[in-house]
Amino acid sequence: MKLKGADIIVRTLIEQNIDTVFGYPGGQILDVYDSLYKYRDEINHVLTMHEQGAAHAADGYARATGRVGVVMATSGPGATNLVTGIATAYLDSVPMVAICGNVPSDQLGTDSFQEIDITGITLPITKHNYIVGSVESLADTIREAFCIAQSGRPGPVLIDVPKDIQVAMCDYEPKEPVVPAEKLVCKDVSAAVDCIKESKRPFIYYGGGAIAAGAEKEILELAERIDAPIGCSLMGISGVPGSHSRFLGMQGMHGHYASSVSMQHADCIIALGVRFNDRVTGNVGKFATRTSIIHVDVDSAEFSKTVRPTYALKGDVKMVVQALLDKLEKKSCPEWWKKIKRNLEKQNQQADMRPGMTPCNILTMLGTYLKPDTPVVTDVGQHQMWTAQYVQFEKTRRFITSGGLGTMGFGIGAAIGAQMGTSTRAVLVTGDGSFSMCMQELATAVSNRVPVVILMMNNGVLGMVRQWQTLFFDKHYSNTELNRTIDYVAFARALGAEGMRVQNLQELQMAFDKAFSSSGPFLIDCLVDKNELVFPMLPPGGSMDDLITGAGELDV
Amino acid sequence: MSKYTIAVLVKNQFGVLNRVTSMFRRRQFNINSLTVSETESDAYSRITVTYNGEPELHNQIVNQLYKLPVVCKVKELDVDESVSCEVMLIKVKNDPATREDIRTAADAYKAETVDYTHESIIMRITGDSRRIDAFIALMREYTILELCRTGVVSLERGSKTISEI
Repeated sequence: MKLKGADIIVRTLIEQNIDTVFGYPGGQILDVYDSLYKYRDEINHVLTMHEQGAAHAADGYARATGRVGVVMATSGPGATNLVTGIATAYLDSVPMVAICGNVPSDQLGTDSFQEIDITGITLPITKHNYIVGSVESLADTIREAFCIAQSGRPGPVLIDVPKDIQVAMCDYEPKEPVVPAEKLVCKDVSAAVDCIKESKRPFIYYGGGAIAAGAEKEILELAERIDAPIGCSLMGISGVPGSHSRFLGMQGMHGHYASSVSMQHADCIIALGVRFNDRVTGNVGKFATRTSIIHVDVDSAEFSKTVRPTYALKGDVKMVVQALLDKLEKKSCPEWWKKIKRNLEKQNQQADMRPGMTPCNILTMLGTYLKPDTPVVTDVGQHQMWTAQYVQFEKTRRFITSGGLGTMGFGIGAAIGAQMGTSTRAVLVTGDGSFSMCMQELATAVSNRVPVVILMMNNGVLGMVRQWQTLFFDKHYSNTELNRTIDYVAFARALGAEGMRVQNLQELQMAFDKAFSSSGPFLIDCLVDKNELVFPMLPPGGSMDDLITGAGELDV
Repeated sequence: MSKYTIAVLVKNQFGVLNRVTSMFRRRQFNINSLTVSETESDAYSRITVTYNGEPELHNQIVNQLYKLPVVCKVKELDVDESVSCEVMLIKVKNDPATREDIRTAADAYKAETVDYTHESIIMRITGDSRRIDAFIALMREYTILELCRTGVVSLERGSKTISEI
């Protein structure tokens, strides 16, 4: 069957079981959009306000579903507008395929109108990228891109398709999508097994790699078997049920006290699909110095990148943990749990019990409205950490956040994608700073009748940056006091959404009642005191011994 | 700190060298030399990289290289188990007062004169990097006008090849 290149692109996407793509048309991708029109009954295109929003939406879709998110844009500025979205997906290992149009092949390299070297630009932020050189190679290039995006450690792949390739004709035969089966690479786990057997204070620390591998059941079984507590990185949240008695919560700079401190006291850390980011380790030289570390990851480049493991086991987290389980017998660590309980008691003593519009009370109330299936997306800043600390998740892939790149403006696009991927009302917790970065995408949510509850914690400042200024820059609030006079509710209405401004918990409850029964997007402009800080906090360069647990320890 | 030589078999495609060097750049790996050429097969090019570093750095480089879809094989070439060499062209000032000394040194190192004028002499020397470093050190006593080295190329001793590993 002879088809033109543009049709081959769309047919190959359909062949890969893609039913939704996000994007924005333009001059050099018109042919593909013509094909999207032709195949509109088989593939749904979601038009955003800006290409960045489309990239974040494809990302949110992928994180919530575990499938590949697809984004399209035209050449030049269309392609460069994707860059932040692609980088966000790259840092958090999210499977994504970005397809860009480009000028005809014979004009490449001549600085023609809307021509840009997007493969050059995205080289360090993609797993791989392509400029398609012939229509004959087009379908297989797309297939390979999907395979690379999903295999091993997932990530984004970009395909740049010059205009002449989109119009050229070629034979097309559909093929079955291929995903390479994950192989267990490490052959010998016995040394690591011995280490776990000898351990008196084992600790399971998992991250996004465990979610990508779908290793929830294995992690819980391992914890039962060796009587270990479980902690996670920011990217690991929602990977095991938050209500599980062994789950201590998030690690790191703003992690849960009991989780961070217990890991510091462990004698064997079983690290599953994590990369020991600086936000988790603090001062690497002082991190877990008297502890054996068993590092399991599908990407062996993570071993010894920051922290040197005692045992490095390369492979799919689910399969490696199963291999460990095959050799481990039931054991118990009562002394260890006494210590953990003490850490939990200390954490409870530090709990924020203040009444009123505190982040804790706001997000605890939000929690009562969430169903296990609700995807909760955040932007980046204080609200992100508060959500990670105070909202409990019961189902995997339901906490969606930009962890590695920390992209403000990620939230609204990602929430649209997550809602569309799960067909479930989504929640976006954001701040006035982050939301304002890409708030035009609220119109996308309106046009597509996306039910999303937007809880915007509005403190009139760039809270997290200001927190650092409070603690480390002598309260010099340089450019973090926003002094904006935006009426966000009027803004939401202007775009066709509903909204409500709330100043106390009674109003918040009324707003949640309305928002969670609305059929479209609903913005809650939730006023928060700008002097609220995120605790605990690990100061930059500090170790867990320097953990600041509350404002009382500081002269704030 | 150890000295490492690795051979990287890559797909012979446009842009591959950029992908490999971009990885070195963004991970801040400092390399001593890098050579690229076609191989016995049209499908592959071979990149030889030398660098100094701790074993962790070496493992990082190899593991990061393997993550590039264009990289087919990475082989560490042990000094004792491989043959390595590089070529240098060196241009020195042709001064009657030192001409004889330069010739003696060149003979001792089997450096071949490939260009000769009243003002300058270009010599070509082949060998391992240490030998070439030593020859440069000798020539510093005279006036080096310019020099150019190819960087190291290396093959494993015996019949084994990189595409078999």
